Amino acid sequence: MRIAVTTVLALMLGVSGVSAETVKPADVKIVDGAVAQALTDKPGDPEKGRQWVMGRKLGNCLACHVNSDMADQPYHGEVGPPLDGVAGRWTAAELRAIVVNSKEALSPETIMPGFYREAGLNRVAKKFAGKTVLTAQQVEDVIAYLMTLKEE
Amino acid sequence: MKKLLAMGVIGLFAATANVALADEDAELVVDGQAFVTKLDAPADSPLSEILSGWRFRNDETQELQTDDFENPAMIFAEYGEELWETADGADGKSCADCHGDAAESMKGLRASMPKWHDGKKTLFALEDHINWSREEHQKAKPWKWESQEMLAMTAYIGLQSRGMPVKVKVDGPAADWWKRGEELYYTRVGQLDMSCAHCHENNYGNMIRADHLSQGQINGFPVYRLKWQGMGSIHRRFKGCMDNIRATPFKRGSDEFTALELYLASRGEGLSVETPALRN
Repeated sequence: MRIAVTTVLALMLGVSGVSAETVKPADVKIVDGAVAQALTDKPGDPEKGRQWVMGRKLGNCLACHVNSDMADQPYHGEVGPPLDGVAGRWTAAELRAIVVNSKEALSPETIMPGFYREAGLNRVAKKFAGKTVLTAQQVEDVIAYLMTLKEE
Repeated sequence: MKKLLAMGVIGLFAATANVALADEDAELVVDGQAFVTKLDAPADSPLSEILSGWRFRNDETQELQTDDFENPAMIFAEYGEELWETADGADGKSCADCHGDAAESMKGLRASMPKWHDGKKTLFALEDHINWSREEHQKAKPWKWESQEMLAMTAYIGLQSRGMPVKVKVDGPAADWWKRGEELYYTRVGQLDMSCAHCHENNYGNMIRADHLSQGQINGFPVYRLKWQGMGSIHRRFKGCMDNIRATPFKRGSDEFTALELYLASRGEGLSVETPALRN
């Protein structure tokens, strides 16, 4: 009997695999403008993060932020501060909080979308309802990339 | 080398053509008629100055609107004139049969829309007014909001107010609609969680990717938009904004969009009607 229970538990852990280690949007705690713990147990990949920052369908960070590291890309926005040197101005934990939900991390007035947040939104288009802009892993990738931007 | 150089030049040209911003001091003049595209905002306005969308467009687009032969929106106004003269509906009457010369009878109408309608006890956009008259006076079927006929007629009627200052009535029965419009303007919507104000009040003049953010003034509508390769209504533009921020848009002709239209018109009071204008 005890063996059976253990097996079931092991099976459950095994099946849930990745998701067991992924923090759900509602469970992310922003404390003093920072999210200390990574959203997944897999370290962020800066190369992938660079793609998400650039991609119009994903982060599209360039829509609002200038980034010298992507000088070959046209049309950097002017709405937010430049990404240059962002790693020197914020810690990874602070950047994670800003990307997850800037309204809580920075200011309730900010124009910046929350990229890992699904509650408290109005009239979300059906196609995007209940979805976050980025996945937990993509957020980690973006943070890993942003931490490479050391030069002002 | 020569080829490479040529490609470089073309590349440069393409880049400047798209992002080049207009000369800030340019003024809009069509056929000798000067338009107000910039004015100081009144004390109670959330804006410090009021700027027509024309001022945010690049030199080439601005230029096209100064010449009625170059402005593709004028083709729609001409079609509207044709429709004005054409009998329609069970009563076999044309607009001209009752309203005569539009240059007289329709002068100033666009500048004052949307407007409270006493008969229907609701706020009318210009499109509502046209369809009401079609049903009431011509016994004709209403046109769809975004149909070519409706766009042509709103362009033609709007043209009769061209150059006149926008001035809408926001008191009396329109007051509640104006309030509702203001509320909508400042309400965040969509997965990207933004309100109109985030882009068009706090960030006009800034680039968002390749788009130069304007104040979202509506004094030129319906407009020919190069991106659409066609004509579009104010409500179509609202819908486009809501789609961009991943929100479920309100319907064209909905109370919400008409209320927002009234509120936006009031924020742009004093600008000249530019209908039918040209935008990127």
